Amino acid sequence: MKRWISLLLAVCMLFTLVACGPKDDKQDQPDDSNNDQQQSESAGTYKFGGIGPLTGEAAIYGNAVKNGATIAVEEINALGGVQINLDFEDDVADGETSVNAYNTLVDWGMQCLVGTVTTGACIAVSAETYKDRVFTLTPSASSVDVIDGKDNMFQVCFTDPNQGTGSATYMAANMPEAKIAVIYRNDDAYSQGIRDTFVAKAAEEELNIVYEGTFTADTATDFSVQLNAAQAAEADLIFLPIYYQPASVILKQANDMGYKPTFFGVDGMDGILGMTGFDTTLAEGVMLLTPFSADAEDDLTKSFVEKYQAAYGEVPNQFAADAYDAVYILYNALEKAGCNPDMSAEEICEKLIEVMPTLTYTGLTGTDMTWASTGEVSKMPTAVVIKDGVYVTA
Amino acid sequence: MNKLNNMKKSTKVDFATYLGVIIAFIVITVLMNNGTLGRKQVGLLVPACCYVVMAVSLNLTVGILGELSLGHAGFMSVGAFSGVIAAMSLAEAIPFEPLRLAIAMVAGAVCAGIAGVIVGVPVLRLRGDYLAIVTLAFGEIIKDLINCLIVGHDSEGLHIIFNFKGLKTVDDLGLLPGGNVIIKGAQGATGTDTIASFTAGVVLILITLFVVLNLIHSRTGRAVMAIRDNRIAAESVGINITKYKLIAFVTSATLAGAAGALYGLNYSSLQATKFNFNTSILVLVFVVLGGLGNIWGSIVAAIVLYVLPEALRSVADLRMLVYAIVLILVMLATNSPKMKAVLSRVIPRKKGDEVNE
Repeated sequence: MKRWISLLLAVCMLFTLVACGPKDDKQDQPDDSNNDQQQSESAGTYKFGGIGPLTGEAAIYGNAVKNGATIAVEEINALGGVQINLDFEDDVADGETSVNAYNTLVDWGMQCLVGTVTTGACIAVSAETYKDRVFTLTPSASSVDVIDGKDNMFQVCFTDPNQGTGSATYMAANMPEAKIAVIYRNDDAYSQGIRDTFVAKAAEEELNIVYEGTFTADTATDFSVQLNAAQAAEADLIFLPIYYQPASVILKQANDMGYKPTFFGVDGMDGILGMTGFDTTLAEGVMLLTPFSADAEDDLTKSFVEKYQAAYGEVPNQFAADAYDAVYILYNALEKAGCNPDMSAEEICEKLIEVMPTLTYTGLTGTDMTWASTGEVSKMPTAVVIKDGVYVTA
Repeated sequence: MNKLNNMKKSTKVDFATYLGVIIAFIVITVLMNNGTLGRKQVGLLVPACCYVVMAVSLNLTVGILGELSLGHAGFMSVGAFSGVIAAMSLAEAIPFEPLRLAIAMVAGAVCAGIAGVIVGVPVLRLRGDYLAIVTLAFGEIIKDLINCLIVGHDSEGLHIIFNFKGLKTVDDLGLLPGGNVIIKGAQGATGTDTIASFTAGVVLILITLFVVLNLIHSRTGRAVMAIRDNRIAAESVGINITKYKLIAFVTSATLAGAAGALYGLNYSSLQATKFNFNTSILVLVFVVLGGLGNIWGSIVAAIVLYVLPEALRSVADLRMLVYAIVLILVMLATNSPKMKAVLSRVIPRKKGDEVNE
């Protein structure tokens, strides 16, 4: 009998959860959905979809993108005029789930896609958006494969080759004598992609790479072998084209070993200061290439950081800024192309493809950003150093 | 009608399983054509078919043979990448997509079968849980091997290099102009033509059912189950243990390879990390919850548990929690003696029909 009661209780619990779920959702964003519907009769409402990892190991990026995009959407909606309705779906940074999320959004009636956040998933989704003619602007999927051969794909972030060559160029200009070690994750498209272009450019610039160490998703918890080898090779600059979680382990272990080289990261390193349980003093002196610095002095950055902190209680990272820009870029492009919310996704897509190469946009992550018709963005990366827990332009 | 009544219970269940799959296929196709199904539902069809085949084939190893395999995703991975290589390199030679898909699935099946033989021959001679240990390692090794694999295709044929030291890139393939890279090491297979179709998935399920069910009811299947139930007794009546174990295990691996090829050709980007330990366990969960040795149970469990997380998208943040609760409930419900009593009252059973108890 007890078993039946427990089963019954569990079923009750399940139903309560299912029943409560959507309500919770609405409580999160009470304004946009209701307001949109009221105002949609006058100026119309665009349906923007978003896809990114809201759960799982890359969740910090997905949530940052979601939050950044939400702020931009709220600002635009507050202007009156044309409204935007944003639906952001979770994909756990997995291609299969991402395509499922994309299909869900298509059913919802999405007109433009802001996403997806991670590279591997984005490649899978971009093939679908290309087939369906849905205009897609990814805030952060940086691989060339994302945009390769797909005229509807545009990026806000740098491509991987740009990050690799950018890092090598920066090192050649500022620390040409350094003995460089590279530690990268060789089962990850992002990490391997940057490493390949970095090494190619480094050879061209005659940089001295003394050691290359690899790891995989399964071995990302211990780096003593790679760090010891780098130390034995007398490396004084360690290039880490990896995400911030393994990087935090590397920083911790290097510190424990008493090994103090300069660490140099790329945009995946961004977010390390916001990581829970990480001692940020370990990140002192870490350099990274990023298009966005939260302590920049311009008004746009200041207001964005302020709003972000008020709403989500943390300092926004580069992904949030990319997403904020992405929504505004779409907004500007839609306006310039003379689109209206009643148009279908295909019509909007064709118009935006024409407009994008002519667009110039100044936002959080760059001034006078322009796009090639291939989808690649042109903007300048800046190198920052972490000092006293904040980014300072190097 | 008389003939139907005289049929064995198990044969009836088998026919019901085939019939169920075919009816489901017809219903879904009709719904798809008149536009009732949304993009979301249609998008779930092919991967659901793949997972059904995975679950049924793993059931052959775990339920019928009684050996624990923790690396089923490894065979799927071998099948997926060999299938992608086959499909992409034949893109010009065979423009007809269904035929190319069929060839890719056969290629995936053959490669996974070979991998199954390599794993099975030494390990299946042993007693105990060695298969679980070795298949677990196999899944990880395959993942690392594919991360080292760089494959391209041009007019001269296939170019394959193994990038063991991590120092080679796509440029080392030396492709002629017009050639395309199929697998880029850790970046996986990108730019794959997505030629997989639901029809192919259903055909694969039917083939899998045909192979597995016929195997189970054949002389070979009885030998395999005898080994599962009592190895010593089976050996004493002259059954070649290793041979029959190997037959079941390699069949299972082969079918997983075909499912992998179908899966690989459904997405334009595929990384080896997709087929990790978690995927193996996911398939094992389908099998365990569907019932060990229960083929139609595997099919139902695979479909329900695959579709469930997607169906729960509307509850957003809570969906993984709900998913977990459903798993626990299914476990409790299917294992409770009361539930079994209720079920046996609803579905009267003849004595000695149960395969899985």
